[in-house]
Amino acid sequence: MTILSALFDKFAQSKKNQVILFIAYVVLTGLGLFLLPDSTIAFLLLLFSILILYYLKFNLRVKWVTGIVILAIIVPFIASHSDSYQTYMEVGTLVGIYCAMALGLNIVVGFAGLLDLGFIAFFAVGAYSYAIFASGQAAKFMPFGHYPLPGGTFWIFIIIGALVASLFGILLGIPVLRVRGDYLAIVTLGFGEIIRILLNNMDHPLNITNGSMGIASIKPPNFFGITIGNSSQFYYIALGIFLVVIYVVRKLEDSKLGRSWKAVRDNEIAAQAMGIPLVKTKLAAFAIGASFSGMMGVVFAAKQMFVDATSFTYLESTMVLVMVILGGMGSVPGVILGAAVVIILRTQVLTNISDWLSQMSTDYGIEIPAALSPEKMQLLIFGLLLIIFALYRTQGLIPHKNRKVDVELLKKESAAAALDREKVTSGGADS
Amino acid sequence: MNILEVKNLTKQFGGLTATSDITMNIEKNSITAVIGPNGAGKTTFFNMITAVYKPTSGDILLNGKSLVGLKPHQVSQFGITRTFQNIRLFNDMTVLENVLVGMHQNLKSHWVGTLLQLPHIRKIEETARVEAYDILKYVGLEDYVNENAGNLAYGAQRRLEIGRAMAAKPKILLLDEPAAGMNPKETEKLTNLIYDLRSKLDVTIILIEHDMKLVMKISDFIYVLDHGELIASGKPDEIRTNNRVIEAYLGKGAVAND
Ligand SMILES: Nc1ncnc2c1ncn2[C@@H]1O[C@H](COP(=O)(O)OP(=O)(O)O)[C@@H](O)[C@H]1O
Ligand SMILES: [Mg+2]
Repeated sequence: MTILSALFDKFAQSKKNQVILFIAYVVLTGLGLFLLPDSTIAFLLLLFSILILYYLKFNLRVKWVTGIVILAIIVPFIASHSDSYQTYMEVGTLVGIYCAMALGLNIVVGFAGLLDLGFIAFFAVGAYSYAIFASGQAAKFMPFGHYPLPGGTFWIFIIIGALVASLFGILLGIPVLRVRGDYLAIVTLGFGEIIRILLNNMDHPLNITNGSMGIASIKPPNFFGITIGNSSQFYYIALGIFLVVIYVVRKLEDSKLGRSWKAVRDNEIAAQAMGIPLVKTKLAAFAIGASFSGMMGVVFAAKQMFVDATSFTYLESTMVLVMVILGGMGSVPGVILGAAVVIILRTQVLTNISDWLSQMSTDYGIEIPAALSPEKMQLLIFGLLLIIFALYRTQGLIPHKNRKVDVELLKKESAAAALDREKVTSGGADS
Repeated sequence: MNILEVKNLTKQFGGLTATSDITMNIEKNSITAVIGPNGAGKTTFFNMITAVYKPTSGDILLNGKSLVGLKPHQVSQFGITRTFQNIRLFNDMTVLENVLVGMHQNLKSHWVGTLLQLPHIRKIEETARVEAYDILKYVGLEDYVNENAGNLAYGAQRRLEIGRAMAAKPKILLLDEPAAGMNPKETEKLTNLIYDLRSKLDVTIILIEHDMKLVMKISDFIYVLDHGELIASGKPDEIRTNNRVIEAYLGKGAVAND
């Protein structure tokens, strides 16, 4: 990343050059995807423009608008010419979902410094809350109401999913706050597994989750009469929530609550001595972090139209944690990049590798050992990545930077305030 | 008038009695020093006032109200703030943010308001930043506003701790060895700063310190602890000549040999 920004520093000092280079990049990669619609690489290169945008020296508002235009208009438009349109948008949707989730975990791990190895549980809780009521499942145990609820309720369920997940966040938080460090990791890991096992077994005595059969025929969302059933449509929902989540996280980071989290992370005793209530602050981190997951759980359930407990294994919790660590703990752009990299590796690169491997085995009759199956490869690759990052880049892809204030401005404001005070006191003396 | 009264305060760690039956009265707006050799129980005494430790027995009264049984953050909200002997800054936050955390309990900016970008919340945060900057100027750290606290030099870290505590606008400020590790010049500056602080903030200061020059110069009253017991108390001049104090510091026989 530093090489990249160094390159730009050298060749594109002026803003004008940057604009030209950036537009050229977007046009070229866009054209590339247009001409080679089935090339995953072209698609990824186009997405890469967002990262370049992040490093450009534009005004923040310009960056945001450009980024949204690229993600909401340019990428879907060009991709729509491809046969792989829905696949691309599926990847985009997954990136959006996992970005929001990773940003949620980042609040807990990166801001508040609380290790959580069972984070996927909140995603599961969100997913099941929509799945149960937007399918016939609720009729099996609810004494009143007509189920499935219509697809229009999806929008309300985004909020409900957030609330239910944050409630579970608090439930987890209460016992967990007594323990620290390694113990915290173990307890949260256990919590994640308990939720998964519960979901897998709550089909008797009362059939709430339909057990290991999972819940099928979940109603797709309905938007003013339009049924949302394609990845290309879900993409916009995921993008919308993702943008809201970034906004919320960014604002929280520099708020009083955000500072309390970081203070607790850096030194619990000093934080308390400054009047910060430990329990309340940590619970807020768990609750708010979990709510992002819950929201995206609802989207996930609606998109898949089927949920069962296998989507919420310990491996998934680890993946979200990998996104945070790989990207850079506490760093919002880093975590977004981390989530994008992990999802793209999982859905694009690894599947390509395994396709290639199976091609090899059929073409040349080479036996591919089971250890090289995509599933195992995944664990191996992410394990290696984690080790490499732990050794050589502990801060992640985009290390966290504290927000710097404009000292000159502060100086001016401080002088102005001093003048005001003087006026008040001298005015008071006169009268 | 006494702002803080400590009554028969005892703290035992297993078999070890860290402080034993300490009684003190701290006058409002005074500077009081608590001195004594290492391990005398001074920090333990601070830890009990700030609710880091619960006393084994005894009582602590702030303006007549007991603080025993409160949580540390509640004690802080009642107006008692401290610095730490082994510096405890928020190392990965900026110097300015450290001071802003100090202001925490006086800031009325709820995060929901921040999310909604309510104008008055933005104003509160803006004013707080200016106020924090003024505090940094006061403790001589205005050139390090955006630096991470963990990157500061030792003396600067001590001053930042004082700045952070000031930001809480306490009624009582507890300073645990503020001059430790400072050179004579820095210590002199610090002495003046502490002395000045009392009138600037209208605050009562209790200070643990080994630097006798500093202690004698600015204290109104001194308590001396040794092996957890209160062995002497009085004005600086009385303490300077107190035999038991000299003995505690220099060892038995020191007085006789003189
Ligand atoms: N948490 C603790 N557990 C056990 N012993 C402690 C603890 N804190 C302090 N002590 C003991 O209490 C005594 C007083 O310590 P302290 O208050 O730190 O002394 P001072 O600050 O005067 O140097 C020492 O003997 C110390 O070892
Ligand atoms: Mg001590």
